[in-house]
Amino acid sequence: MAMITADPKDVPQVASFSFTPEYMAKVEEQIAHYPPGRQASAVIAVLDLAQRQQGWLPRAAMNEVARLLDMAPIRVYEIATFYTMFQLRPKGKYLLQVCTTTPCWLRGSEAVMKACQHAADGETFSVQEVECLGGCVNAPVVQINDDFYEDLDEASMNKVLDALRRGESPKPGPQVDRQTSAPEGGLTTLKGE
Amino acid sequence: MPKVKIDGVELEVPAGITVLQACELAGVEIPRFCYHDRLSIAGNCRMCLVEVKPGPPKPQASCALPVADKQEIFTQTPTVQKARKGVMEFLLINHPLDCPICDQGGECDLQDQAMAYGFDRSRYHENKRAVPDKELGPLVKTSMNRCIHCTRCIRFATEVAGVEQLGATGRGESMEVTTYVEQALSTELAGNLVDLCPVGALTSKPYAFEARPWELTKTESVDVLDALGCNIRIDSRGAQVMRVLPRLNDDVNEEWISDKTRNAIDGLRHQRLDRPYVRTKGKLVEATWDQAFAAIAAKLNGLDGSKIAAIVGDQCDAESMVALKDLMASLGSPNVDCRQDGAKIDGPRGSYIFNAGVRGIDQADAILLIGTNPRVESPVLNARIRKRYVHGRCPIASIGTAEDLTYPVERLGAGPATLRELVDGKLGFFDKLKDAKHPLIVVGMGALAREDGGAVLAMAYELAGKLDAVRDDWNGFAVLHTAAARVGGLDLGLVPGEGGRDVAGILEGCQKKEIEAVFLLAADEIDTTKLGKAFVVYQGHHGDAGAHRADVILPGAAYTEKPGIYVNTEGRVQVGRRAGYPPGDAREDWAILRALSERLGKTLPYDTLHQVRARLVAVNKVFAAIDQQAPGAWGPVGKPGTTTDAPLASAVANFYMTCPISRASRTMADCMASRAHLMAAE
Repeated sequence: MAMITADPKDVPQVASFSFTPEYMAKVEEQIAHYPPGRQASAVIAVLDLAQRQQGWLPRAAMNEVARLLDMAPIRVYEIATFYTMFQLRPKGKYLLQVCTTTPCWLRGSEAVMKACQHAADGETFSVQEVECLGGCVNAPVVQINDDFYEDLDEASMNKVLDALRRGESPKPGPQVDRQTSAPEGGLTTLKGE
Repeated sequence: MPKVKIDGVELEVPAGITVLQACELAGVEIPRFCYHDRLSIAGNCRMCLVEVKPGPPKPQASCALPVADKQEIFTQTPTVQKARKGVMEFLLINHPLDCPICDQGGECDLQDQAMAYGFDRSRYHENKRAVPDKELGPLVKTSMNRCIHCTRCIRFATEVAGVEQLGATGRGESMEVTTYVEQALSTELAGNLVDLCPVGALTSKPYAFEARPWELTKTESVDVLDALGCNIRIDSRGAQVMRVLPRLNDDVNEEWISDKTRNAIDGLRHQRLDRPYVRTKGKLVEATWDQAFAAIAAKLNGLDGSKIAAIVGDQCDAESMVALKDLMASLGSPNVDCRQDGAKIDGPRGSYIFNAGVRGIDQADAILLIGTNPRVESPVLNARIRKRYVHGRCPIASIGTAEDLTYPVERLGAGPATLRELVDGKLGFFDKLKDAKHPLIVVGMGALAREDGGAVLAMAYELAGKLDAVRDDWNGFAVLHTAAARVGGLDLGLVPGEGGRDVAGILEGCQKKEIEAVFLLAADEIDTTKLGKAFVVYQGHHGDAGAHRADVILPGAAYTEKPGIYVNTEGRVQVGRRAGYPPGDAREDWAILRALSERLGKTLPYDTLHQVRARLVAVNKVFAAIDQQAPGAWGPVGKPGTTTDAPLASAVANFYMTCPISRASRTMADCMASRAHLMAAE
């Protein structure tokens, strides 16, 4: 088994990090949610903001969060390494989080994964295998940044990826003729009066 | 008080304790890894499972469960046994079972408890996980594959040592204990991590592969590397001290010791004086005891007492000090001083001891530090102050240049002028001290070992008076010494007699040729270049500053090699015991002085250790009460006068090298380099 380690030593760290004014305003808003002296409670939200600004969480960003919230840096590292949603390595513009847990796998997540891996170049697309995203009823599911793309197969996955590559924003949700988790091809019950 | 039934035995226990503590009171042993008396409760190892009625029908972690009235606790049921065996099996899934090459072997909680709860084979065929080892500095060796994630080390670093640098990163199988960024811990208490670790994940680096616990002779003794007199256990093999471990004493060191106490012992192997030397034609030449004594006798016989002087070192035992005192008295010399650093202390006993005691720190509700940096002067005492801070509602302020003390400190100023303002009530902190029921004024050697030390002491006395800090039920006047021998020396009256000279006077006398012979009893912290042309006898155990200048060297014993009484900064009389014999021809110090006195024709009236100790009690009866802190008399101290503007800097500039032993220690040199590296990185 490979060596496990939370600290990605091979990652080119950035020299410094500071929040832009827009992000700083959001950080301050998050901190204001908690009573004075309890600002450390905002750590997850602030880490998320740092990740949104930078695209990932370099050590400098974690240190900055620690400084802003008056926490020991190790306490921030602990949290950032605990949650898989925090990215400790640089990611492409779009992070493809492919669910491969049983329901998605039964519905063909392997083909979806193949399409994603094919597209992954580290700059536009990065791919990550994830555990259940909680969208089993629309399996297979891929989370691309903040959006769920559902009911995928290899072809529709490629279509979404091509659209993203062209700079368009494909419609999130089911990629088949289906409204949310309603039956495919329209309603089957409760149709008339 | 709740009544509980533990394994059918009814017991009344104090309210608010946990089930595990209640079981301990009942004499029932509960296996545990993560629970530790002096750390917060984590409840993550799950080894301490018991069944509790009323309660859910499943085993519960006793360390995190409060006792309740009419509770029934079962610790030996088949369910409990099975649950503990299950936990043990889980803990061992990823444990390497490399006991034969593990330094913890023989004193490992996991090994011991696996004997009781372990399965004789593994049911897991998957590969064990591999965790990279961490770099925690020159004292702690890591083997992280062995870690069972009890988090004791993390809690110790965060809570006791006050350095939030260790943490648990990742989760589940990827969890690891780390500093994240590879760096040594910036604490003086790192060695305690080794004691805390219940497995072999954190072991001692200097002691790595040196010995097995069962081949060591254990001697209970006291430490002399700082003035706190931590209770230690010296583990030795033959004549060699292999390691030093803390001994439990809630009145002094709880169960911690500093890195110097623990790891400076390799200094006992280097630079030792193992035979007498006599300087002939400018060079020190090996000699016999007879020749050495003859050389001293030739110089001293016929010399007027006023031309002889003695300076006592910082790590001397009371026995040798009393022998020296008596010898000097019989030679007619009043020039004796045990204050190498020139500290201006010579008042009643209450003015030079840590009256409140270490336990008093727990009680204090406002603390003022004057010219002291307890973090480097006595890290364990500093941890006690930190403990007081963590409990809350105790303002702490300092006058001096003390830096990061691991707890927030209000910095009032650096010089004596600030103390004057405080005494006059001009600073806000005065009111906090005034409002406190138990104000504690800690005066360090940085405030006293200076020209205007007497004036600073007088101000501290005045402050104590204004705060009513010295009363029948509380004595908040506390002097924090840096020398283990100091309080003992003062108790025995090793200060200049009538018309006598103190250290500065002796050195001045040497240069003016008014002093012709100086006896250094392990005194190395003086400026030896100022000894001029005086005839210098050095009695000690290390070839340090004093020995280099000496004309005759008498090889003595280090603290691990002689039985000795030491009085710590609190004024607590403690007994050190011999763990091994001194090297070569070296001898116990009081015996050397006794033999010398005979050659000088002034034979001291004691031949056995017992008689010397009887003499100690005759000089000062505090020596009769071993392990007790005798209260000291209180009265006006110091010398009111003008002060300078020089800041009250700590007397200890470099924690790792303060005495001949630590200066000879390579481990301490490594620690210094590591700390310098850390500082540079910041």
